[in-house]
Parts: sequence; C-alpha cells; structure tokens
Amino acid sequence: MRPFEYTRATTTRDATRAGTDGATIIAGGTNLLDLMKLEVMAPERLIDINRLGLNAIEESGDGGLRIGALVPNSDLAADRRVRKDWPVLSRALLAGASGQLRNKATTGGNLCQRTRCYYFYDTDMPCNKREPGSGCQARGGFNRIHAILGTSEQCIATHPSDMAVALRALDAMVEIENAEGERRSIPIAEFYRLPHGTPHLDNELHPGDLITAVTLPAPAGGAQIYRKVRDRASYAFALVSVAAIVTMEGDRIASASLAFGGLAHMPWRDDEMEAVLVGATPSDDLFDRAADVLLKDAQGYGHNDFKIPLTRRTLKAVLRDACNVGEPA
Amino acid sequence: MTRTMTMDRPDERRRLDDMSQGLVGRPLDRPDGPLKVSGTATYAHEWNVPNAAYGVLVRAPFSNGRLRRIDSAATEALDGVVGVFTGEKFLRNPAQGGADEAPVQGTETVQYLGQPVALVVADTFEQARHGAQNLAMEWTAENGVFDPEAQAADAEEQEDETVDQGDLDGAMRAAAFTVDEVYRTPCHNSAAMEPHCSIAEWDGEDLLLRGSYQMLNYNVNELADSLGIDAARVRMLSPYVGGGFGSKLGIAPEAVAAALAAKQLQRPVVVALSRQQVFDMTMRRSETRQHIRLACDADGILTGLGHEGLVSNLPEEEFAEPITQSTHFLYGGANRKLGIDLVRLNRTCAGSVRAPGEAVGMPALENAMDELAEKLGMDPVELRKRNLPDKHPEEDIPFSSRKYTEAMDEGARRFGWSERNMKPGQLREGDWLIGHGMAGASRVNILSKAEARVTMGSDDDGVFATVETDMTDIGTGTYAILSQIAGEMLGLPMERVRTQLGDSEFPKGPGSGGSWGASSSGSAVYLACEEMRAEICQRLSCEEADLTLKDGDAIAGNRKTSLAELIGGGGQISAVGRIEPGKTMKESAQSSYGAYFCEVAVDRVTGETRVRRMTGVFGAGRILNEKTATSQCYGGMSWGIGMALTEELVHDLRDGHIVNRDLAEYHIPVNLDVPQLDVVLLDERDDWACPLQSKGIGELGLCGAAASVINAIYNATGVRVRDYPATLDKLLDGLPD
Repeated sequence: MRPFEYTRATTTRDATRAGTDGATIIAGGTNLLDLMKLEVMAPERLIDINRLGLNAIEESGDGGLRIGALVPNSDLAADRRVRKDWPVLSRALLAGASGQLRNKATTGGNLCQRTRCYYFYDTDMPCNKREPGSGCQARGGFNRIHAILGTSEQCIATHPSDMAVALRALDAMVEIENAEGERRSIPIAEFYRLPHGTPHLDNELHPGDLITAVTLPAPAGGAQIYRKVRDRASYAFALVSVAAIVTMEGDRIASASLAFGGLAHMPWRDDEMEAVLVGATPSDDLFDRAADVLLKDAQGYGHNDFKIPLTRRTLKAVLRDACNVGEPA
Repeated sequence: MTRTMTMDRPDERRRLDDMSQGLVGRPLDRPDGPLKVSGTATYAHEWNVPNAAYGVLVRAPFSNGRLRRIDSAATEALDGVVGVFTGEKFLRNPAQGGADEAPVQGTETVQYLGQPVALVVADTFEQARHGAQNLAMEWTAENGVFDPEAQAADAEEQEDETVDQGDLDGAMRAAAFTVDEVYRTPCHNSAAMEPHCSIAEWDGEDLLLRGSYQMLNYNVNELADSLGIDAARVRMLSPYVGGGFGSKLGIAPEAVAAALAAKQLQRPVVVALSRQQVFDMTMRRSETRQHIRLACDADGILTGLGHEGLVSNLPEEEFAEPITQSTHFLYGGANRKLGIDLVRLNRTCAGSVRAPGEAVGMPALENAMDELAEKLGMDPVELRKRNLPDKHPEEDIPFSSRKYTEAMDEGARRFGWSERNMKPGQLREGDWLIGHGMAGASRVNILSKAEARVTMGSDDDGVFATVETDMTDIGTGTYAILSQIAGEMLGLPMERVRTQLGDSEFPKGPGSGGSWGASSSGSAVYLACEEMRAEICQRLSCEEADLTLKDGDAIAGNRKTSLAELIGGGGQISAVGRIEPGKTMKESAQSSYGAYFCEVAVDRVTGETRVRRMTGVFGAGRILNEKTATSQCYGGMSWGIGMALTEELVHDLRDGHIVNRDLAEYHIPVNLDVPQLDVVLLDERDDWACPLQSKGIGELGLCGAAASVINAIYNATGVRVRDYPATLDKLLDGLPD
C-alpha cells in the first residue's frame, strides 16, 4: 500500500473538489482497500464520503424510488418497498458477496467495483486495465471468468456486480454531482463503458464526479427473476447471471427487460433480443431465437467457451419461469 | 523415570479399557476451545514483542533463470524501511515434511514464479509491504517447463513405488469386464485459515522463533541448518496453529528470512505471508494424471489392477505425490501394475497437502470401481466386498484390523442405499436431477517415535497432572486427547490435567502430520502414565492389576488413599514415556477405513451441483475423543466436497504462475456448499497399531470422499467426470437441452 493522504468530506462539495484535485473517493472500501493493499490501485489521496448522509431510501414523486449512494447493500436488499415492487434488485443484492460485505458495501460503491480478472489483480502481470498499454494476459491465458460479448483486443474483463445487472434491467438512473455543483442524471445504460481501446475506464465518471443517488422508475410489475450461475453456492462471482422483468398480456409477452452479468465489461442488455420477445407467444423456439440474437457476436477465448451454451440454457430457463410456461415434452 | 515401548508385537492388553475415570473416547470439549473463540489463544502473529520490525517477502516475477541484481537503494530510502535482505540462506523451496535439514536455498537461481527472493523490513508492516511491492530487480530469464503432460516422456520413474506383478495386459484381455480410464486431479493448496507467520528474536547467539508450525522436532533442525547454526541454539514456540493441512510440516521461507533479518538488525522481526504468498511460496499438491485399469471375471472378482500416475515437482525435490499408497492393499487382483512417474516443472514446490496420496489417489480408484460395478450391473458395495483380500496382495502379511465391510454396511443402512435408483438420470425434482453415489475410504496408518513427560503434583485443590510435549495442536484436538489419556490413566478429572504443547524444549514427538500425531504422542503420554502407576503401586505396595485410580484417589484392595496425600505437599511423581515404531509396522498392513454415501442434486439447466446429504462411517481403531474425531471427519468430507466440485489451483501454462491466488477465486467450499454431514465412528481396537489401539483419523474423512460425490453426479446425470473438479462446464454437454 502506497502512503496516502486521507481526508473526510463533510459536504458533497468537499468530495467533488477533492476529486478534481486527484483524490479517490472511498465509501465502504470493500473493493478499494483490497486493491490498495495490492497496489493495483495506488491513490495518493482518499476522500472519505461516509459522513455525507446520502443514506436514505425515499419515494420519488413519480412512483419511483431514490436510493442514496451510501445506502448499504444489506439495507437496500431488506427494504420493504424494494422487496415488494423491485424484487429483482433485492434478489440480485442477496446473490452477491457475503453478509459482512453487504453490510459495508454501498450502492454507489457497488456500481464502481473493479473487475475480478486474475491478471488485473497480479501486479507482476501486464494488464491494460491496470496499466494502459502493457498488454492483456487474459486473452491467451486462463480466462474462465472472462467476457464473451463486447470485448476488445485490449481487454476481455467482466464487470462483477450483481446489483448493477438488476439496475440495468430496471432502467435505473445514476445521479451524479460534479465539482461545479451541477447535477446530472444518466441512464445506467450510458454509465458503463465497453473496453474498446480504453479499458482502464470502467464508466463515465470524470474527476470530481460523485454518485449521489440511484433512482428507480415506477414499478414495472410482472415477473422479476434474478438467476445467478456460479461455481459454488455462495461467495462466488457470476459466471452468467440474468435479471429478467417480464410482463404478459394474455398469452403474449407484453414487455421483456433482460440484463446479463458475467458476459461483458458492463451489465449487458440487447434491445434487438427483447424486440424478438415482445408481442410473441412464449415457446422454446422463441426463446432459442432470442438467444440466437443475444449470442450472435459472442466469442469465447478458450476456458470461457462454455459461457455461450450456458447463457443460452440459463436465458431459456429464466424465460420459461418468467412467462410461466413449462418445458416442451 | 522413563518407560519405553517398541511396537514389536500387538498389544493385546488394551489397558485403557480397564481404567475407571471414563474420559477416553468421550465427546469432551477442547480445553483450548474457549481461548480460541474468545481470541485469547495466542497465534504466531499475535505475540506482542516490543521493538519488533516487520518484514514482507518479495516474489520473483519470472519463472526460471537468474536473479542478477537487487537494486535496493530506492526501497531503502522509503519511510520506515530499515533493511533489504536476500542471499544464499534464503529458502528457495519450503522444507518437505520431516526433512530435518535445510531445504534448497538461495535467491540467485529462480525456478518458479513466486519464489521468495528478498525481504524488506520496516518499522511498520505497511511500510514494509510498500517497499516490497516496489523493489527493483534485474534478471536473466530462461525458458521454463510448465505443462506436465507435455513433458511426460521425460518423467522419472519412482522405482520404490513400482509394482509389476503377473501380467496385467493379459488379464485385461481375458477379463469379462474391464475399466481402462484416465483420471485427472488439479493442484491444490492447503489453504489454512492462518497464513504462515514467524517472529524471530535473538538473545546473543540464541534464537527464539514463534511460528505457526506442525512438527517442531524437525523444524528446529531445518531452521538451524538453514541458518548454519547449532540446533541447540534454536527454540521454537508454536502453541496454537490456525490450520496446517501439510503446509506447515516443514520450515517455510518466512521463518528463515525473519531470523536472518532479526540477527542483522539486532531487533525482533515479524514476517507473515499474505494470502497470495501462501499460494505462491508454500506447498502445492501436485496435479495428477492417473491411469486406472481394472479387470474382473463375470462374478466381479478382480483379476487385474493397474494404477499408474504422473505427478510433478521442482528439480531437486524428491517428493512425488504417493497416489497409489492405499491401492497397494485395498483390493485384490493377482495381476498388478502400480507406479508413479515424476516430471520436473517450474511450478511452486510440490509436497504434502491434506492426506497426500489417498486424497487424490483414492477418488480415482473409487471412481473406477464405480464404473466397473455399473458394467457388471452390481451394487458397488457388493463389488468392493467381493474384492477384499485376505492378506496384503503384494506382501505376505496380514491386515491388522479392517472395518471396511462394517463401514460400508452401516453407511448403506443409515443412508438408505438400497432404495436408490441404480440407473442414471432417473430421479428428478423440478429442475434438479438427483443422484446417489458411494465410495470407500482408506488411509495408511503410521506410528512415529514420540516422547512426552507427565508430572503429577498437588496444590490446594488436590492432585493435578501436567503433560508436556513438543507436539502441536493444529486445530485437531491434541490438547483434549492428551489430557483425556493422562486423566484416564491417572484417575484425574479433565480440569485437573493441563497439557502444554508446541515448545521445542519439551520432550520431542513427531508433531502433527500424516494422521500419526494422536496415536504417537498419545502413546507416549500413556507410557509415562504407566510408569507413574508403577511408582504408585510401589508406594502402596500393591500389584498393578489391583490398582484403581479414580477422581484423585488410589484404590488398592479395600484401601483408598488420596493421591495428593500419597505424593505429599511439594512432592511429585514424574515420568517420560517413549513410544517407538517396531515390527508391527512391517508385519501387518495397517490402515484406517471407511465409506461415504452421498446424495447430490444437479441443476439440469446450468449443471450446478449441490451436495444434499452425505454420510461417512469410519473405523480408525479406538476413538480417543468422539467429538474431535467427528470434527476431523466433517472437515475431511468438506474438503472432499470441495475437491469434487470446485477446488483447483490454476497455473498459467505460459509461465507457470498461479492464477487464482486468493480465496475469492480459489474455491474451497463455503458453508452453503456443505450440508449437514452424518458421521459415524465404529467401535474398534487395533492391537497392532499402538498401545492405545488407535489409528489415524485426521485425514481419513478426505480419502475417497470426492469420489462419492462424482459417482453421485454420474447417477444423477449419466455424465462421468474424470477430470476433477466437476465444475458445471464439464456437465453441460451431457445434460438434457
């Protein structure tokens, strides 16, 4: 761990200004502290935002919910309103980490988790995300947990969050304040970046930006499922996860919102695939066609080839459940 | 007073059965339990040593070659850094269990990525770590060898392990049914909860090392030899060890580095390994490739058995994972071919990890037996029973005591084995495919030379006894069982016996390893107590056969004497017991046995497997403490679940470095992966094993456990996984669409 300067912010302005001056924001620290100990991240300054409030869950006028950036994952998962009206979010949160980590991890911090790529974590290995231009060892190395969609020559890392996958399916917005005191709200769809040639940038936060809240739109209703496939029963990152919100009208699918974890550098969503589903009568054939669209550009790198059939199988099973249709005989 | 016993003939006296205190065998709590759960048991890193400096090891960032130079100037200039150390005395490899001398040393030659090459010492741990992470080095790298199977042609035959009896090829051709398959297991790491740590403190030329070690008797010599000093100058303390599992059998690099730095700095130095360093620098279990051949007649009687393996290690290391250890005697078959080939790789040193040999060898054999049973259409329990040899099939010696049949029968009964569906893929609950599997357990039994001193004295509360030995308690229950044995023999309640362990100045034993600790050190305590009983008899002028010791009183004939009175105020009775292995080790085949029965559910969509229930029945001679013995079996079975489903130490084949170096990505089972386990311990006395009639149980719970899970997966899905672990990707192709 590199020696660093630590300051506690008492106002959001403290935090955003410090950010402009190069400070790194720390909230729960469940990921950042580990990365600092390994010197994967070595900030010279930390600005602690834990005293900023930002820990309320409030109903917004439009029937939605505003979740303060510092709301712990465990509180959010247990919130009665979330469990009732946005259950996919509660389920995704409880599928992540452990009880102890969820008590400490925050809503804003969860969005900013770094990848679990083994090579990113090992400072003796080249990694374009950790050290731009040094190369990617994962492509030709052991890449069981890596991405199959939206990868680049420079990076095949995945985003590890469960919560963010549910938020992506829910069309959440991320509320951000900058050092000028300006607030903007961007859809979570536009919050994350694909690696392209700049894998060191995970998202669209700029120096001085502070996530102040995440907002959920009015409840979508329907069937809400979070299915996480992983190597052990608990305390493992998703190989593939699916957050699904599906509503039916009669025997047809009225709306389908599907987001995927474990597949890409960001929670993945495919409008074209959802268009295949909407208005159609659920069937295994339909689900296969949806999977065809989702996976048409999927590429395995050896150890993670299995994610392609696994995603298809998981998607189909989730859609069967969400549409309440049985399997073909 | 010293009493020595050499185990040259079975001890049929079974003297513990004659005692009256009623301690041995009972499921008593560990005396050290409250200390551990309240955080007051002092583990190696927790000693408060004034003026200590902190050291952090630096790893070689290349796989093979020569470290030309360490440029320490920039690091030495950092805040708090007080020194950078390196050199020919640093350990290149950790010491193998029982080495008793220095392992391979020196930092100039690098043979694996992750090898320790320097120690940065600073006033605080954080300063040292920062210095270590930024130490500049220059090196010349050479090509290395990283893929074991690509090098199989260059493997060295381990001639001591080779058995070539009859004509296995002919037996395979003539057989009614055969199995001829290759099984693979990956590398494992012990992954003890407590990372390795040493605190070195010098007083002139005398070294005190507080460490986390399993075998102090050997560790003192390994440490002294590594440093080039007289072993009499070294004292080691290791009263509490937060798990060893083989990784703390031999001295590890942090101990030597701490001692070297402390000497030069003239101040105590603390060196703890990070979790990543535990993976990089301590023992790995070798990956294995195991070719198993089974030939049988139409009745399932084995006519041939082959078990040939390929394992790996670094150059200059002798250890070869002894995968065939129990295969030599477990099943019959006149035509036999067993052997182990060792290939040299630039990977972290391979050595003892959790039941070396049987942990991975037994599952392969027990998977193959399951495959053979299926071909025969026979109950796998019945197949095993039909093939139990009357005597050791390769040596003309009897079995000492073998509860294998009883374990299978009792397990089958408890589990409801007869109600399972033999045909795979038949049972379904929603998306879960349900399957059942079984496997046998075997672990060779070892007795080692051990000494212990027992002293009886009296205080205001009456008589008490103290047990002293350099034996360790690595979470296994040594404190409990040694107190139980002494209390039983001397007629004292548990709270009047105090066992002191983990000090190299106490009488020497073999330490904790190979499941020998309880029988070996326990026998030494027992013998010391026998000697003390003889002394009591003399003072009471009675015969041993007439003496009863109970609750602090000696009863002989119809006379009752308080032991406190007998000893007298300020007096004591003390004896050293010494056990030595003898002819019974060679004249009988000794092993602990057991059987596992397992139910799994496999998600038919994703291939995720969950163990739903698991029964283990074990025979390990006399059980010294039912609770701690059962806990050992729970632990072994949990490791078995992990080995079957998730556990895999992954090496990058381009440079041999370990990829998954933390517990987030090296997947040992978590609570949710382990269901309520059902463990049964059979009543047994093995007179050939030791005067306690006990055998090793520490590792038995693991020795075949994984096979029961894999066999159950086959029963659930129809997919045979022969490449451990059975992660979901290996099942997907065989699951229904």
